[in-house]
Amino acid sequence: MRLRVVTGAVLAGCLLAGCAEGTSDSEETSDASFDSNADLSGDVQVMGFGAGDEIATVRLEKAEEELGSEAEVKLIEGDLDIQQFLSSVASGEPPSLVYAERSQIGTFASRGAVVPLTDCIEGEGIDTSVFRESALSEVTFADEVYGIPEFNVVQLTQANADLLEQSGHTVEDVNGSDWDAVLAANKDLMKMEGGDLATIGYDSKLPEFLPLWAKANGVDLISEDGRTAQLDDPAVVEALEFAVSVYDAQGGFGEVKALRDSADFFGDGNQFASGTLGAMPMEQWYVSVLNDVSPDAPMAFDTVRDLQGEPIAWASGSAWAIPKGSPNPEAACRMARVMTETESWVAAAEERVRLREKDGGLFTGILTANEEADAAVQEMVPSDDQSAWGQAIAAMYEANDHTFAMPANPAGDEFEQAWQDEVNKVLTGDKEPADALADAQEAAQAALDEAWATWDEK
Amino acid sequence: MSATVAARKERKERGSGRHQGRAALLFISPWLIGFAIFMLYPVLYTIYLSLTDYDVINDPTYVGLDNYRELMGDDKVVLAMRNTFVYTAMAVPAQLVLSLALALLLQRAGQAAGFFRTAFFLPKMTPPVAVGVLLLMLLNGQSGLVNEFLGWFGISGPNWTTDPSWVKPGLVIMSLWTVGASVIILLAALQEVPEELLDAARVDGAGWWTRLRHVVLPIISPAIYFIVVVDTIASLQSFTEAYTAFFGAGNTTYSNDAALFYAIYLFQQAFEFLHMGYASAMAVLLFLVVMVVTAVQVLLSRRYVHYTGGQS
Repeated sequence: MRLRVVTGAVLAGCLLAGCAEGTSDSEETSDASFDSNADLSGDVQVMGFGAGDEIATVRLEKAEEELGSEAEVKLIEGDLDIQQFLSSVASGEPPSLVYAERSQIGTFASRGAVVPLTDCIEGEGIDTSVFRESALSEVTFADEVYGIPEFNVVQLTQANADLLEQSGHTVEDVNGSDWDAVLAANKDLMKMEGGDLATIGYDSKLPEFLPLWAKANGVDLISEDGRTAQLDDPAVVEALEFAVSVYDAQGGFGEVKALRDSADFFGDGNQFASGTLGAMPMEQWYVSVLNDVSPDAPMAFDTVRDLQGEPIAWASGSAWAIPKGSPNPEAACRMARVMTETESWVAAAEERVRLREKDGGLFTGILTANEEADAAVQEMVPSDDQSAWGQAIAAMYEANDHTFAMPANPAGDEFEQAWQDEVNKVLTGDKEPADALADAQEAAQAALDEAWATWDEK
Repeated sequence: MSATVAARKERKERGSGRHQGRAALLFISPWLIGFAIFMLYPVLYTIYLSLTDYDVINDPTYVGLDNYRELMGDDKVVLAMRNTFVYTAMAVPAQLVLSLALALLLQRAGQAAGFFRTAFFLPKMTPPVAVGVLLLMLLNGQSGLVNEFLGWFGISGPNWTTDPSWVKPGLVIMSLWTVGASVIILLAALQEVPEELLDAARVDGAGWWTRLRHVVLPIISPAIYFIVVVDTIASLQSFTEAYTAFFGAGNTTYSNDAALFYAIYLFQQAFEFLHMGYASAMAVLLFLVVMVVTAVQVLLSRRYVHYTGGQS
């Protein structure tokens, strides 16, 4: 009986005190003093970053050098685990620095998980003018910068040159500048065998690339201030109808996905090398994969283009941010600066060039959110390469100069989920594009309104 | 005098009983403490969180029954619950029938029984994430082994992983991969069926099917009941395989609504959107649903489960 009373009392006490909650008043970084000349010390725990290749290790070594011998960088490697990160912030024991997707920064900022970097930028002398506008806007929330942008990811049109030639088409027919041309090429490139799809003509990469197709048709999925969903805009509906019709012409999305999934995506039996895909828009990092595993694949590249024929790319990528209650914000800020400054990128690129030359491989460039660094690295890329790979590199840099991004907002994940869920329903044949996007608009706007209302109340 | 002795004896017995009670408590206290910390407290705290708006970072704000009201109007909750029930209704009988069939075969395996027992149990050791990845490979509409097998019989297999009508049957097929534990339990139960009862049935002219239906199944019904209850609870909480195959890292954007199980939607609300209060309300609802389903099974067991040794 007494045991029951004691146990009950302990549990009730815990419940009332919220003892597992861990939301102690963790210390802010407002008392931190950022100075690029200051001597720094202590541990710099970094969450979400892995030193997996020379681009990472060279910059990391430079950061360690600039932090000085009294400071020690400790990496918690692997992709950022949001739950682990937020729990660490809530319990008052966050890492010093966090490495995240830029699209996550708005959500983190709105919840107070990361701090504004205004003082850090000023104190460490981070030159934000070198960053691409699209990248900086992705980490700017409520007029304050919350992240230092790092890598940049853009899309290119990647195609099988042999299949294009056999079907009497060129890469210009599949770069997206003329949707009728894409549909015609799709029809000519696709092959059926025994009633099954044997070669995908064109893969419009739904649902993930809807923002790209919508932008190509002149509209963003969300307003510039990140407060209004524009998913039911007729131009978005038209873009979705086009992208879905590409699949419908090939027997439906299920057929295309089944064939896509059966390919050895990262191996020498990839869709281009095996001749089972005509063309698709795809991120630029896949060029390096293809060059590495199937250098003899018959490739053709171009940027993705809007309906006016202008290059277009949806930029995404990574960023560094300082968590609320960071135990070493000064060192974290310096590390973020060094990892993203031009000099570090150039040193990393030089090392990659050296290693590629040693292996007899091709240096395909590095894309960053730092425009100045990109220009310097581009100088190291072979400019006289007339091969398809040279064409890819040129297209990649061209695309990088024509990017757009989704603005930071406090309901980033919910917004994305809202339109992706509905696009998936169109792909599985459950809904028509206009109905699906109307429902997506309702769900996305509700999520945005709720999240912004919470933010505005603060 | 005799009253004094009796009172003393009673006191002594009471003291001894109390002593034994304390000793028993002491011995089970590690479990009690573990239960209180790792089970009871999280359950109570989940109930508390279900009445709040909580995003992990900021303190929970009390919102009363708002989360439950929102649950009632959330179409995705209805969809996820329906998916989960349909899957459970298909998976539990399929798992039971297959495990019983395998156990009956194993019973006849003679000396090789040990090998086959191990062989059937091994898939159970496969991490569920690996089963999820395996699912995508085996059930691929173009090059999957399942469709290749169906092709031998002239059947053109469906797109198991993209056609909404075939996603759940595909998941049920994959769930059969791990029936090893049920097979072992049923095999143990089958070995307990008294040979003399089977002989008596044989003498009465009962064939294999009649013996199975009227002798074997009633005797092993407690084991069947246990498997049904455990598998039902596990199916209602299905998560890993479907999440890996349709919502995980390889499918960051493409997902299939037909595979949206309740636990997956709960996970999305909690860990992707950080709606911890809402997710807690979902967890409480699932807890209640599991409790009701189990209670119904307990009631049905009184009629259909036969315990040897007098209980029924």
